[in-house]
Amino acid sequence: MKKIEAIIKPFKLEEVKDELQEIGIKGMTVTEVKGFGRQKGHVELYRGAEYDITFIPKVKIEIVIPDELVDKTVSVIVKNARTGNIGDGKIFISTLDDVIRIRTGERGEEAI
Amino acid sequence: MKSKKIISLFFAILPILFLAVASYAQEQLPNPAGINDAMKKIEEVQKNANIVWTLVAAFLVFFMQAGFAMVESGLTRSKNASNIMMKNLMDYVIGSLAFFFIGFGIMFGTNPTGFFGTDGFMISDIAKDNDLWVYVFWMFQVVFAATSATIVSGAMAERTKFIAYLIYSFVISAFIYPVFGSWCWGGLYHGKGWLEKMGFIDFAGSTVVHSIGGWAALAGAIVLGPRLGKYDSNGKPKAIPGHNIPLAALGVFILWFGWFGFNPGSTTVAGGDAGKIAVNTNLAAAAGGLTAMITAWLLLKKPETTMSLNGVLAGLVAITAGCNNVSPVGSIIIGLIAGVLVVLSVLFIEKILKVDDPVGAVSVHGVCGAFGTIATAIFNEAGFSWSMLYVQTLGVISAFVWSFVLCFILFKIISKTVGLRVKPEEELEGLDITEHGNIAYPDFVQAEK
Repeated sequence: MKKIEAIIKPFKLEEVKDELQEIGIKGMTVTEVKGFGRQKGHVELYRGAEYDITFIPKVKIEIVIPDELVDKTVSVIVKNARTGNIGDGKIFISTLDDVIRIRTGERGEEAI
Repeated sequence: MKSKKIISLFFAILPILFLAVASYAQEQLPNPAGINDAMKKIEEVQKNANIVWTLVAAFLVFFMQAGFAMVESGLTRSKNASNIMMKNLMDYVIGSLAFFFIGFGIMFGTNPTGFFGTDGFMISDIAKDNDLWVYVFWMFQVVFAATSATIVSGAMAERTKFIAYLIYSFVISAFIYPVFGSWCWGGLYHGKGWLEKMGFIDFAGSTVVHSIGGWAALAGAIVLGPRLGKYDSNGKPKAIPGHNIPLAALGVFILWFGWFGFNPGSTTVAGGDAGKIAVNTNLAAAAGGLTAMITAWLLLKKPETTMSLNGVLAGLVAITAGCNNVSPVGSIIIGLIAGVLVVLSVLFIEKILKVDDPVGAVSVHGVCGAFGTIATAIFNEAGFSWSMLYVQTLGVISAFVWSFVLCFILFKIISKTVGLRVKPEEELEGLDITEHGNIAYPDFVQAEK
């Protein structure tokens, strides 16, 4: 089992979600997050004075999937979240020890 | 034979005709008693209409308190929103009472010296004159006094001790505003001030209300010092964005709406010039909003929302003095200039003077109030005269000296006694929690300290 964490532009969430559902992803968790990468935020003007937006708003998607779905999932996220501009985000993949469905007590891939 | 009959018939009818004409004529002839009755009734209707119009206008001006509260809270951070509401609420509460017990008599009482009124406190003239008009007039004047007082709140936002603001509210509504008011407007009731004797024109209060408040705001912002984080170590201004621009915009719309009571209502007469004044007021506001947007676009690269909002207010403040004696085209020119002036003034005060005025109150009310009062002489419909320009300028300077100097001393005294500014850690945490024990938006996660 793998856990996929993808940081994407907030306005790309709908497209990513729709196609992930189409390829059979059954659930996801979405969080509004803020942060910076190599872009290091940007400078805005307010009433003629500058201010830094260091932490840029992003959306984090968390999905848990069986190993065989990893490539498909990643390509769907990349395809739908990419604008080609700086700040498109990142995908983190990690191995997951176990999953438990609280209602039934099922474990492992059964519980996804 | 036949013609004889007709003639005799004619003569028979003649007296009847004559009587009919005479009685008709008699109805049309002057009847002194009847005319006096009619005139009295007309006067009574006019008087009642004046009362209705003046009260409606007073209630519109009262609503401007809500406008100020929304503008100020929108342009400042969410951690101080509750504090701004309290300041706007309590300056009206304290101002109403102070103006009843002290302010009104000083402003409109019998004025032997020309510098302050001496009677009519607590609306006591009702016993002397037995005229209910004094209630209407008081109601109309108290909301003007409160407008002047509440201007300061925005310039001193996010760092002023609440108790210090309460003391200031009392002093401006009881003394500072009414004394200056007696110089210009005392003649509207029992007084007669030295400036109005010289022919000073400030129809609805560019100077009396707005500049007095604006210069008090400047004194307050200087004595307080800038908010923490407003200037970096090199003295370069940093932006502290307001937390709710739609709220600030709502406030400006409410103020614009309230101004239709402020200026046209200052006739205190139903009819006459109110329509023209409403047109002038509206045109100046529109012109001010337009040029502020263009100026911001050219200087700051974007049609900045908050500058455009300030521009509308700048036009409104500037036309307030001359709204009854300039033409609609004159009003547009005054508004156009005020819109440019307010943006330049905001940048000048922030970048050159290094005074932190979070909402632009000094520029909108102080600077544009002074400009509008002088513009009243320049664009006077009845013709320009140097003597009028001199008197208008004298009034503007008097307002600056009176309000700025007195308020500077007042804020210094407060600073040395009860304290003017909250502690740095209180300022960082926000005045909502530290001064009032509640926050404006408890259901939201605090985004920044």
